[in-house]
Amino acid sequence: MAYVARKIPFVGTPETNPETKPFFDGAAAGKLMLRRCTSCKKAHHYPRALCPFCFGECEWEQASGKAKIYTISVMERANPPYAIGYATLAEGPTVLTNFIDCDFKALKIGQDVTVKFVQTEGEGPSLPFFTPA
Amino acid sequence: MSLKGAAYIAGAWEHPTRKAPDKSIAMLHAECAKGALEDAGLTKDDVDGYFCAGDAPGALGPLSMVDYLNLKCRHVDSTDVGGSSYQVAVGHAMESIAAGRCNVALITLAGRPRSEGQATGTAPRPGNPSVPEMQFEFPYGPATANLYGMCAARHMYEYGTTSEQLAWIKVAASHHAQYNPNAMLRDVVTVEDVVNSPMVSTPLHRLDCCVISDGGGALILTRPEIAKSLKRPLVKVIGVGESPKHQAGGEIDLTFSAARWSGPPAWEMAGIKPSDIKYASIYDSFTITVLMQLEDLGFCKKGEGGKFVSDGNLIAGVGKLPFNTDGGGLCSNHPANRGGITKIIEAVRQLRGEAHPKLQVANCDLAIAHGTGGALGTRHCGSTVILERE
Repeated sequence: MAYVARKIPFVGTPETNPETKPFFDGAAAGKLMLRRCTSCKKAHHYPRALCPFCFGECEWEQASGKAKIYTISVMERANPPYAIGYATLAEGPTVLTNFIDCDFKALKIGQDVTVKFVQTEGEGPSLPFFTPA
Repeated sequence: MSLKGAAYIAGAWEHPTRKAPDKSIAMLHAECAKGALEDAGLTKDDVDGYFCAGDAPGALGPLSMVDYLNLKCRHVDSTDVGGSSYQVAVGHAMESIAAGRCNVALITLAGRPRSEGQATGTAPRPGNPSVPEMQFEFPYGPATANLYGMCAARHMYEYGTTSEQLAWIKVAASHHAQYNPNAMLRDVVTVEDVVNSPMVSTPLHRLDCCVISDGGGALILTRPEIAKSLKRPLVKVIGVGESPKHQAGGEIDLTFSAARWSGPPAWEMAGIKPSDIKYASIYDSFTITVLMQLEDLGFCKKGEGGKFVSDGNLIAGVGKLPFNTDGGGLCSNHPANRGGITKIIEAVRQLRGEAHPKLQVANCDLAIAHGTGGALGTRHCGSTVILERE
């Protein structure tokens, strides 16, 4: 099936939760921002103030944007259909996303994908999506 | 001190309705409460503990409901972990009874998503943006069907599970539902019917999904001496376990459910193993939910669920593990989009010898009723209840 873009909804604003505002600021500049712990050195997602592994202090870093498809489900009942899934970032964390600008039938678990930013509807913030590399 | 046997299920009642546009949600809760009390041979004045979850109307947990029902309680609890809340409530009620905080615990569930036209499985539901995951998930369109579809896709990738194997779960449920006059879907279906039904979210077809129904149910738990003074068969709670599972900061593994963690404490408390179970109520929001929970509860090895459920192995009188003999959520009832309580009610029917004669398991003395609430693909709670007929 030919790919048809859907409108991406968003709730709240990038200011709703101050701790995650840098994520949205990064996305607006085309950067996928990730939190990494200064103590245990592990990266996590979705972003938290404190490290979810050790409660250590975290810093923002720019992720490579490279990932592999962990799983996919194509929501065929939706109009237009969309491909929701998880992508495992090169930096470690597995993140919820949509796979876009592609033939859904050709998507495979394990496939290399790369980040692509899309603005949410109503002049909302941009968010990271993934497309085949 | 083990809580094994500290409480008995003295009353269990499922509302016969599947569509109730003329009833309020509070009214459905009340009708279920009345039904369960009559089943137990108790009255409303005997209730001194009340347990409900997020389906109960009112922002302050149980307060609106104890007011509406006019209950004089010493103990209330409204732990909400979605459809698994009622298994959790059984455990919490048993703890409360053992601690002397109540003698007769009432648990109710009711709702009417069907009358309200809710697109339960296919419409992403926006929530409060201050919920920490909301802005990182809602934009991507998480709906119940695709959150389970993602688990099924990964299970197929890791273990070679097939759509035909998943379909056998629906086939078994439909064989049971044909004998339930209240079931929404009473036609027996085949594997071909399931895999040829319209795709909802890959790899799950329409017939891999549960029904959307109005209705409800209620349970009465009491301390042993009260249960033994009543006239109903004795159903003892011998094992409980509960555990949440989530995204773990991004260390995601969708190949197993929280049953992997809620099961072991329940088996240990009960002092039995999966092969001792004569009847299993397994939460069936989708076919994949059943398959993963059966593996995680230890009925078969991880990855072998597809083989285990095939060829009618879950059909009463045919296979080794009769499951959901009321037709389950897949064919009979999923009131308030929460199937936990109906799982316990059918297990009680089997232990009492009150299941449909065509589906009654012979000498049914040990049963399990396992719930999953929330979404397997993001965060959910698993809760396990093991029951024994005394």
